[in-house]
Amino acid sequence: MRLSARIVNTAASVAVLIGCLSLAAPAVSVAGAVEDGKKIAFSKKKGNCLACHAIKGGKLPGNIGPPLVAMKARFPVKNDLKKQITDARVKNKHSIMPPFGPHQILKSGEIDKVVEFIYTL
Amino acid sequence: MKKIAAIITAVVMLASPFVVNASPQQDLKDFRSFFKKKFPDTPMNDFINGVYSVHKASREQWEAFEEFPSYEIYVDKGEALFNNTKFKNGKGFKNCFPRAKRGIKGNYPYFDTKKGKVVTLEGTINKCITSNGSKKWGWKKGKMAHLSAYLSYKTRGQTIKVKTPKGKKAVAAYNRGKAHFYAKRGQLNMSCADCHYYYSGNKIRADILSPAIGHVSHFPVYRNKWAKKTGDGMGTLHRRYGGCNKQVRARPFKAQSAEYSALEYFHTYMSNGLKWNGPGQRK
Ligand code: HEC
Ligand code: HEC
Repeated sequence: MRLSARIVNTAASVAVLIGCLSLAAPAVSVAGAVEDGKKIAFSKKKGNCLACHAIKGGKLPGNIGPPLVAMKARFPVKNDLKKQITDARVKNKHSIMPPFGPHQILKSGEIDKVVEFIYTL
Repeated sequence: MKKIAAIITAVVMLASPFVVNASPQQDLKDFRSFFKKKFPDTPMNDFINGVYSVHKASREQWEAFEEFPSYEIYVDKGEALFNNTKFKNGKGFKNCFPRAKRGIKGNYPYFDTKKGKVVTLEGTINKCITSNGSKKWGWKKGKMAHLSAYLSYKTRGQTIKVKTPKGKKAVAAYNRGKAHFYAKRGQLNMSCADCHYYYSGNKIRADILSPAIGHVSHFPVYRNKWAKKTGDGMGTLHRRYGGCNKQVRARPFKAQSAEYSALEYFHTYMSNGLKWNGPGQRK
């Protein structure tokens, strides 16, 4: 959870870059969305999902939430996964997982990309 | 940390899972039995060692640090401040704290019925300074933390025994602190209880979350993280509160505000029965 200034800056400039790229190329490919989603999920300033979840490809994960694996089996309907990531309180009123959508931690476009990435796990 | 754009101040007071109207005595009983069940291998008094009471792997390294603790020179500085500070009117700390050498940290926090507020050790230190005509110290680090470290050191081994809140105003202050502890806050919407009660012992990224019971026993604390800028890593409990509020992107309250004093009151009462062991040493 502790943000070192350098990591924050890098994350911020990555985010800016992503912003420019998607402006230049409006039709984002699915593969691109998965890649972007991974960056957003792993960035401390953005999703910071690794604070709580083990995720393939991520280092030093926390263990507050369950490891994110077999997502297609856990969420046969992709939109249910989106709901979970948007606002975990819908399923568990007292969830420690941040309400990424309602608290504007992630923009809705960013959540879509994170969903694409998580759904590959 | 400073650049967090969207700091959300609104505190969402969801119907929290704790019982709002339980008596302080009942809260204390529940708090203790919760941690006893959660960490059956940890003897009750060992919770004063924070995260090291529940995580064997990091404990050894910490114990090695404790052999030559970084806070030692600050305890000495605190002692010098205690003995040598002369206020405008010629008096010194001895005049305010005649019993300091026998350990007085355990007298705080308490609810002062006449003033209608929680009184802390740090608050009393600054009161002593200003009532003798001198300029008050900063609340979170530096001299305040050094003197507090010395006074805590002299109190080592004594039992934490905050008087059970009695009377409307004292109970209200206690409940304010309790509400702070359980309330979701900040953009990330997390409570102290989320991290230091329900998920204590779990890992958040690479950090193990310490149990809230025993938290207050070893403050002020020398943190390696705080030492990075100036070399002086000492900080008070309220400095830590501010840091933990910021982590969830909430706007911190001021050190020694009524809010944090109430939190300290609740937080310390929840450690009643354990021993004081300040100052401490942390990552
Ligand atoms: C502070 C902790 C925390 C953070 C940060 C967090 N989660 Fe969670 N997550 C949890 C917990 C705890 C659960 C278990 C359900 C609950 O308690 O709400 C959970 C559940 C989930 C689930 C459902 C898992 C299942 O199999 O049912 C998914 C999917 C998920 N999280 C994805 C994410 C993603 C993606 C992110 C980052 C964008 C994220 N989480 C960030 C704590 C967290
Ligand atoms: C997002 C998780 C999180 C939240 C929410 C949180 N903390 Fe912490 N806190 C930590 C971490 C991580 C540490 C460092 C490891 C440890 O000792 O637990 C810490 C350390 C502490 C310590 C120092 C413990 C010691 O032994 O020195 C205190 C005291 C503390 N927190 C109190 C609080 C209070 C009070 C609140 C609510 C106002 C709070 N925390 C909210 C994550 C959190």
